Order: sequence, then structure tokens, then C-alpha cells
Amino acid sequence: MISVLSSPAKSLECYHACAKPSAVEEEEAEVVTLYRGADLENNCVSCSSTNYSTMPLSTQSQTDDEQYILVASLDNAHNLSNILKAITFKDHAIFSATPNGLKVTVEDSKCLQANAFIQAEIFQEYTIQEDLVGFQVNLTVLLDCLNIFGGSTVPGVLTALRMCYRGYGYPLTLFLEEGGVVTVCKINTQEPEEPIDFEFCSANVTNKVILQSDSLKETFSELDMTSEVLQITMSPSQPYFRLSTFGNAGNAHYDYPKDSDMMELFQCTKTQINRYKMSLLKPSTKALALSCKVSVRIDSRGFLSLQYLVRNDDGQICFVEYYCCPDEELEE
Amino acid sequence: MLKKIILPEAKSDEIHNKLTSKDILLQKLKMKFRGKVIDVTCLNNFSRVITTISKLTKVCVLRLTPTNLFFVLSGKVTNGGVSMWCELPQANFFDEYQMEGVSAEDNDICLEVTPENFSRALKTVQNAKAVKIKLTKKHCPCLTIVAELLTLSSFSRVVTHDVPVDVIPRRLWHEFKEPSMPDFDVSIYLPPLKTMKNVVDRMKNLSNFLVIEANLNGEMNLKIETDLVSVTTHFKDLGNPPWGDYASQGSTLSQNRDSETMAEARVDIKKLQQFLMGQQVNPSKAMCNIVHERVLHLILLHDDMTLQYFIPAVV
Repeated sequence: MISVLSSPAKSLECYHACAKPSAVEEEEAEVVTLYRGADLENNCVSCSSTNYSTMPLSTQSQTDDEQYILVASLDNAHNLSNILKAITFKDHAIFSATPNGLKVTVEDSKCLQANAFIQAEIFQEYTIQEDLVGFQVNLTVLLDCLNIFGGSTVPGVLTALRMCYRGYGYPLTLFLEEGGVVTVCKINTQEPEEPIDFEFCSANVTNKVILQSDSLKETFSELDMTSEVLQITMSPSQPYFRLSTFGNAGNAHYDYPKDSDMMELFQCTKTQINRYKMSLLKPSTKALALSCKVSVRIDSRGFLSLQYLVRNDDGQICFVEYYCCPDEELEE
Repeated sequence: MLKKIILPEAKSDEIHNKLTSKDILLQKLKMKFRGKVIDVTCLNNFSRVITTISKLTKVCVLRLTPTNLFFVLSGKVTNGGVSMWCELPQANFFDEYQMEGVSAEDNDICLEVTPENFSRALKTVQNAKAVKIKLTKKHCPCLTIVAELLTLSSFSRVVTHDVPVDVIPRRLWHEFKEPSMPDFDVSIYLPPLKTMKNVVDRMKNLSNFLVIEANLNGEMNLKIETDLVSVTTHFKDLGNPPWGDYASQGSTLSQNRDSETMAEARVDIKKLQQFLMGQQVNPSKAMCNIVHERVLHLILLHDDMTLQYFIPAVV
């Protein structure tokens, strides 16, 4: 564990001066691609330009799809619907497609933001004619469309997906096929809203832990939902990493020792106690349920970042990220 | 040992009085019905049919004839215009079947039943040695289900269910005749009902109405359109039933029809969903007839029964 501690930041630093450290160090390669996408969003010009130059090589035939500025195909639509489920808590979803992949953003109350990243490599075909394609669609509708054939998990029965977008003002068109039956969905698109920039920068991260999701799943399923807030304590000394609730039936604390098997990384520099609205954090349990690892980071302002590593049906890795504002500042 | 279970009792005096008058009617008319099911497969199948019916409607009419049992729902406005005709040859289910109708000329019995109650009673006697179903007059007219249960000791165990019914007077029978085959524009075989159900279930989340369209080229589409989304599911190579007799009788329309032209019906998606939800077993044949912008006529042929379901088109 400790050897990993020192290496990751470096490997990413060469990539960009203000690069964010990887969510989960073992998956460095994926994380790099992930943040290429993310950095584009943050207008990191130097980075994005290098990315574009490498992109056309990897793209496939674009003969019959020239009218579309974005074409993405999947042999298994479940790989997309599954990860979108992890961020479904509001209807409006902002889609930002770049040559590196697709980012889907959902926000609530200007306090919570969830992003799902689906890298271009996940798709069997991914063709994009512009540097950035953005639009907004109703996520619930999209999920119903993706699961039109029932979203069955019967082995051998797959729904193939081809997702096309012609550009501003056009609908998002989905072609779904299962057992010779074809469904065409045209989902009307809306003007994309600008996602909130939480200005969450790795340089300002004071405390960070990486846990195996199983250990958190249990805790989150037992959390006292009568508590209005979830308090997270992170500290280089006792109690290291603590989750607390203050409900009708009393207070509860869940402590994770830093040398626990479940703790893959423990990097806390300063004692921080922050509270987050339970109602805001609740949707993140959907992502937790799908994930195998989770990175919990808190920056100097008390902003929380939860990054989930999600493995899809084909063993590929995608990321889901939640940002949450602290509820209040605790006076010490 | 005799165990007696009486399903919903008459609640108010008013109902009681009404039922008493029916009782007299029943007595006067001397209707008789008694059936016995011994074979466990027949019993299960019968129970399954009743359960399917109970998913489709709260109340319907059970019409008994010497050869058949019919479950009928007439297309009244209160049913949302939906009508149903389910035909069960009695010999497919009953080992013994005796009945005596209202009169020698009208050798039928018409009862209003709540299939849910009937189904619940039958479900509890799935493992019985034998089940007798008979028309009785207790405090009200009832279909009495008497089940002889398996037992290890020498005592027999008998469970009795009384399902209250209403006797329908002769003058109202005309409402419950077999519907005539509509003069359809297109007739087509349906895709596997499970696939269709999945699609319709999702479409139901998105819209209240669905357009079903089909042509004589074996193609059928299910479509919805709302402010947010339009979805079309295309089925092909479904095949069109020949309908030899019917086509020569009246439906000359469909013979001269261009095979690519679609006939369509816009229907309440809930009614189609309800129909698909009730189907527990895949029928040997499933098809639908579309009268352009008028009605959707669904037909399921099982080995032991047939079910027809009519959903009116809406504008």
C-alpha cells in the first residue's frame, strides 16, 4: 500500500500541471483517459490539444454516418444503462461528448453533482466530428429507452445499441436491436446547461482514503436515515476515518481503522470534520452498489468528492463521481 | 371433518334483499350445474385460465352451456369499451359435467362472477384429489367449490368455498353473445408475448397511448410519441394468418389490399398492458386483427381454450 502512495501523483503530473490524482491507483491507465475527458471540460487547453491529435487513428469507419456528429455503438446496451442508473436522481442530464468519451452530468440543488464517465474505448464504435458535443436529455426517458426490451440479464441475450446525434436542434437517436427486433427512439434534446464547477482540485485535497466498496455498502445500508446529516471525520490520528449519524434513536459512529484490509489507501494530513446532507448523499448509494472501489476525498473547503470505480459486464472499467457541498462549517 | 370457508358475505340488507329475490328466481328457474375435475393437470389449467381472466377484469359474466364455459365482458363504457370473449370447451377440463339451463330452448346459465374470488378459491385447492364445482343457493346464489383433499388418515378432508354470484335474467343475455369477427383491414401473428410485454411496459412509462400498426407483409410496429420522445419498435417476418373462410365471407378489403400499407389503431396503453400482463403461458397461436382506426382485436389460441380481446381505438 505504502509504495503505491508515492507513485501515482507523479505519473499524472507529467500529463498536466494541475492534473488530479487518480481515483484508484491500480487503474492508472483508465484514470488517465478519464481525466483527459475531465480536463477538457475544465478548459485545459494544453492537454486537450495533444489529445485530439491522437484521436482519429482510433476511430472506425465513418462512411455512412457523415450526417451525424456523434455515433457511439455498444454490443451490450446494459453497459451504458447500468452506469447511468448510478447517477439517476434528477431528470435532466447534461451530455458532454469529447473524443475521449462521454461524460454525463446530473445535478441537484446546486449542491450535488454526479458525473458518469464512459470512455471511448468502452464503445465498439465511437466517432465524433467535433471537439465537444453537448446536449441535455431527460435521463429517465433515456433509461426507459435503453431498457425497452426489458433490460434482461439473461446470458446470451444482449441488446445492441447505436446512438447517433446530428447536432444542435436534432434529437438523440437510439437504434436498439434484440433478437431481430429493432427499436428506434428519438429523444428530444435541450440546450445544455453549464455544469457547476466545484473547483475541486487535487492540490487542495487535505484528506483522502480509498476503500473497497463492500465495506462501505454495508455501512450505507445500515445508516440511520432519520439523521439529517452524515458527518465524516478524517484524521491522521484516531479515529482516522469515521462516519457518524445523529438520528431519532441516538448517535452512531462507524470507524474504519487505517490499517484495515478494506482500506487500500490512507492519506490524511489534517483532522477534518464535515457534515453533508443525508438527502443529498443518498443517491450516491446507487453508484456505491455498482462499484468495486471508492475514493473519498475532502478538500480544504470541506467539499466532498466520491469517486466510484465501476466494472461493467465485460470487465471494463468506468467511473462515477459525486461532488457534494458541506452542510455547515463546524466550529471547533 | 368438514371445514367451511365462506367468501365475502352479503353486507347490507339491501344487497341481501336483492339476492333473496335472485334466489327465488334461481329456484323458480330450476337451473342446475354440477362439474367435477379429477385430473390435476386439468385443475391447474382451469385455475390458470381463471387467474388470467381475473387479471383482465374485476367482474365478468360466466355463461355455461352444455358444451362450453364462456367468460364474457361486454364492451360497455364502464369497462372502457374493452370486451372479452373466452371460450373453454368443458370436456377439456371436466371429468363430469351436468347442467340444466333456464329452459329446454335456452339451455344456458348466465352468471355474473368476480373471477378474482373464483381464482383465489381454486388456488387453495390445487393439490386436491377431486374438485366439484356446483351452482348452489345458500343465502345467495353461489358457485360452490368442494375440494376433497389428500389425506393420510382414513378421515376425508373437505374444503368448501362459496363464491357469490349474480344470476343474470334471460332478457339481458343478448349482451353476452359471441362477438362477430370484425371486418378487419390487417390480420397478423403477434411476436412472442414476453417481448411485446417488455416493450409495452417501457412505453407505458413514457406515454398513455400507443399506436399499433401492421401490414399484410408480416410487419408490425408499436409506436409512442410525446413531447420528450418518440419510440418505434419494428417487428418483421411475423406472418399473416390465412383466414380462408372469413376472407371469402366478408373481408374482401384485405384481399385487395396493398401488402405494404399499414392499418393502425391508437389504443389506451394500459389496456394493452393489462392484456399482456395476464398471459402466464405462451399460447399456441397469438394474433391480432386491426380495423383501421376502429378496433384492435387480439386472439390467443391455447390447446384447451381461446381468448379474444377487443380494445377500441381512440382518436
